[in-house]
Amino acid sequence: MARGRYIITELPMKILVTALLLIVASGFAAENSTVAIRNARIVTVSGPVIAKGTVVVRNGLIEAVGENVTVPADAFVVEGEGLTVYPGLIDSMSTLGFGGASSAAAATGGGGGRGGRGAQTAAVTAAPAAAPAVAATRSMGPEDRPQTTSWEMAADQISAADSRIPTVRGAGVTTAVSFPTRGIFGGQGAIIDLVTGEKAGEMIVSSAAGQYISIGRGGGFGGGGGGGGYPGSLMGYIAYVRQIYLDAEHYKMAKDAYDKDPHMERPAYDRALEGVLASKRILLPANREVEIDRVLRFAAELKQPTILYGGRETYRPEAVELLKKSGAPLLLSLRWPELPRGEIDPDNEPSMRSLEAIQKAPSAAAALKKAGVRFALYSDGLEQPRDLQRAVKKAIDAGLSREDAIRAMTLSPAEIYGVSDRLGSIEKGKIGNLVVTRGDLFDDRTQILWVIVDGRHFKPSDAGAAGGRGAATEEPGGNQPGGNQ
Amino acid sequence: MRRLLLAALLALAPVSAETIVIQNATIMTVSKGTIKNGSVVIRDGKIVEVGEKVMIPEGATKIDAQGQYVIPGIIDCHSHIAGDGGINEGSVSVSSMVNIKDIINPEDIAIYRALAGGVTTANILHGSANSIGGQTIVLKMRWGKDAQSMIFEGAKPGIKFALGENPKGAGNPQGRGANGQATYARYPATRMGVEDTIREAFNEAKIYKAEWDDYNAKVAHGDHPMPPRKDLKLEALKEVLEGNRYVHVHCYRADEILMMIRVADDMGFKVRTFQHVLEGYKVAKEIAAHGAGGSTFSDWWSYKVEAFDAIPYNAALMERAGVVVSLNSDDAELMRHLNSEAGKTMKYGGMTEDQALAMVTLNPAKQLGIDNRVGSIEVGKDADLVIYDKYPLSDYAKVQKVLIDGSVYFDRDKAVSAQAAKDAEKQKLLDQLKQQNQTQPAGGRRGGRGGE
Repeated sequence: MARGRYIITELPMKILVTALLLIVASGFAAENSTVAIRNARIVTVSGPVIAKGTVVVRNGLIEAVGENVTVPADAFVVEGEGLTVYPGLIDSMSTLGFGGASSAAAATGGGGGRGGRGAQTAAVTAAPAAAPAVAATRSMGPEDRPQTTSWEMAADQISAADSRIPTVRGAGVTTAVSFPTRGIFGGQGAIIDLVTGEKAGEMIVSSAAGQYISIGRGGGFGGGGGGGGYPGSLMGYIAYVRQIYLDAEHYKMAKDAYDKDPHMERPAYDRALEGVLASKRILLPANREVEIDRVLRFAAELKQPTILYGGRETYRPEAVELLKKSGAPLLLSLRWPELPRGEIDPDNEPSMRSLEAIQKAPSAAAALKKAGVRFALYSDGLEQPRDLQRAVKKAIDAGLSREDAIRAMTLSPAEIYGVSDRLGSIEKGKIGNLVVTRGDLFDDRTQILWVIVDGRHFKPSDAGAAGGRGAATEEPGGNQPGGNQ
Repeated sequence: MRRLLLAALLALAPVSAETIVIQNATIMTVSKGTIKNGSVVIRDGKIVEVGEKVMIPEGATKIDAQGQYVIPGIIDCHSHIAGDGGINEGSVSVSSMVNIKDIINPEDIAIYRALAGGVTTANILHGSANSIGGQTIVLKMRWGKDAQSMIFEGAKPGIKFALGENPKGAGNPQGRGANGQATYARYPATRMGVEDTIREAFNEAKIYKAEWDDYNAKVAHGDHPMPPRKDLKLEALKEVLEGNRYVHVHCYRADEILMMIRVADDMGFKVRTFQHVLEGYKVAKEIAAHGAGGSTFSDWWSYKVEAFDAIPYNAALMERAGVVVSLNSDDAELMRHLNSEAGKTMKYGGMTEDQALAMVTLNPAKQLGIDNRVGSIEVGKDADLVIYDKYPLSDYAKVQKVLIDGSVYFDRDKAVSAQAAKDAEKQKLLDQLKQQNQTQPAGGRRGGRGGE
């Protein structure tokens, strides 16, 4: 093996350069290329399923879809006989593009400030539970607003080099809503298309997906003591967020008054409040029914359009009813609760409530659908295609129709984030994000053959391949550009 | 859909509040003596008649309490149950911006257990980690209801202060924590510092109040000034200064109790209750003169230095000096037998039956300003009642039924008989899930490898 490495390093520079040029060239080629999938079953999501039709994607956009669509001569053609085309999947809450460690999962679990930042860090997937519950900065009080970086924009920080991107894309995910998750006000998320090898800026579909707020759970009786800084308890987190919004309202009032009359006292520029005011929606965590009740009331008090994330107990009719009444949408975590492996300590048996959650959690999606609550499914850190596929399958097995499962990862998240004019379905003019499968999406044996993002076609890599058994090592129906016979 | 929700709530709710008669019981009214072989009539959640002979309305649900005892629902003036995510915001010396109301957890099993111990109302306090702690809330133990429905309607909210060892403890440097990170000292580290922290906070609050008073005056005058910044920390203290928020002070030593009275007098507010107040018997006259209540333990002492001078006669001595005295739990376990705690004051200090019982019913109601609603068995008051099988000021008494607002929230017979079925149901589910765990492939699990 060591010899092998030597050989690579000893390769003549010339060959390396040529190889690099080729890679770059192919990248550019993809950018301007046209992709056509013909004679495939097309699940448009927004309209009826087309039993046998063609989709053409040109310059990154869906140019045509239908039964009688002509395949352009310059297109990269996928023979779709026996295959199905879906809109690209959207992971509605993620940290993709922020380097390695998966922190979205930790976010839902709660627990104060988290790491999970920094594109330089190696792609080590830290166990969410092990995320340190330590605030980044110690504060002596609420005035210095520790843990607020509301002005930060994920769009400014996304790295196309995140090694998780090809893996996730292998599951058919073409788009992620990616949030900076540090602190309490983490900053604004961005909707990114999972194209790699490009400038990060080209990945951004929308740079203002909303402000990510995490509300930690605090620690028991002695919570907040020691060196943690403010806030150290759940009630501290709530008071912290409440004060920020009071301040933002006051700040806006002062700024408006100053704009009208510059001869008054000049309000000091405050980037934390600027960031809050610039966010058109907020995302708040809520898993238990009690939390859903609490957070919905809080959102109403803050008068902010709110998306809830987590939703573990929405298998309970009472929790669904609360959501329905509020009208707020929910991002439902696909990380279903599970019984701990191994022997159960008889002195520390899970409660009936948590056993119920383990049994019923995957039925939440069907319950939400039935009640007419707007919801989307999100990976919550499940990065391996097989894990994601199985998690969605659990929801389907628990009563969610396949169509609704697909919608919950395509058009529904697009609607929730206000980008259904460009994402979420196979319609003319929308972004060319598609998944081509053999078999029904989310089935155990289904193969994901092609993932098309922004009109660029990717083959799920062998390593992290597809939802299904075995990777797409064969070349199914794919021809070289121009192969229009 | 609304109707569906209502139906769901009703299904959860205990026996609905209509007309109920509790018959043939010994009724310890607390405020109006004890009635042997009497009845209580309840309609729409309120007590409408109490006596030996009552009019029994037609269609009334009858509870035969032959040989049993009825007392008013127990009120715990100092509890920390039913909160989510920590009850101490101990990171700062003044945490008056935080509010227990925001973190009520109606699913805390301690609520049900307190209920089974006869508690119908509890004052849920912030912890004692800081000189000025968070805002507090009075709850009724309406097990099965949501957070908002637990709140005692109209009860004045409070705030927790703390003196002595707990608030100054965080001021002493502690070296490195378990995680290897340095833990920081937080002011104050002495009793002097505790006093200073409270004075400083109220000086700030007075300036804040003046700003708002000035603003409100201008608005009343028809001007349109820029409002001051709303500060949640000072807002709560402003409410204290305006008499709209009760101050409950955790304390032990006589000197710090006197200090607190001086600070309150200087700053222009009243202490509503001194909590724990184990040396209250030394300064009972001063406490009475200030108009504060004392909420203490029956016979707990020496668990820390500042508790060394405690005596079991404390409650009785304060009571005799004219202080309104209650006995509290400060603990989810002790909370379940406050009746026997009250009984101890008959042995230590010679309290009468009514005086003893009042210390866990009417007196805490007075301290919380809710004695117009609860605390004794009187016509017009909420039907918050506890039925015991035996003389209630005793360890041998067991709670049989607990009513809140005229609804049965705890029924011992039903609870006991349902337990076996519940245990079986849980075991079945657990076995089923274990089975699934064994058959399920590992790849679909957290952290498992996907795509092979």
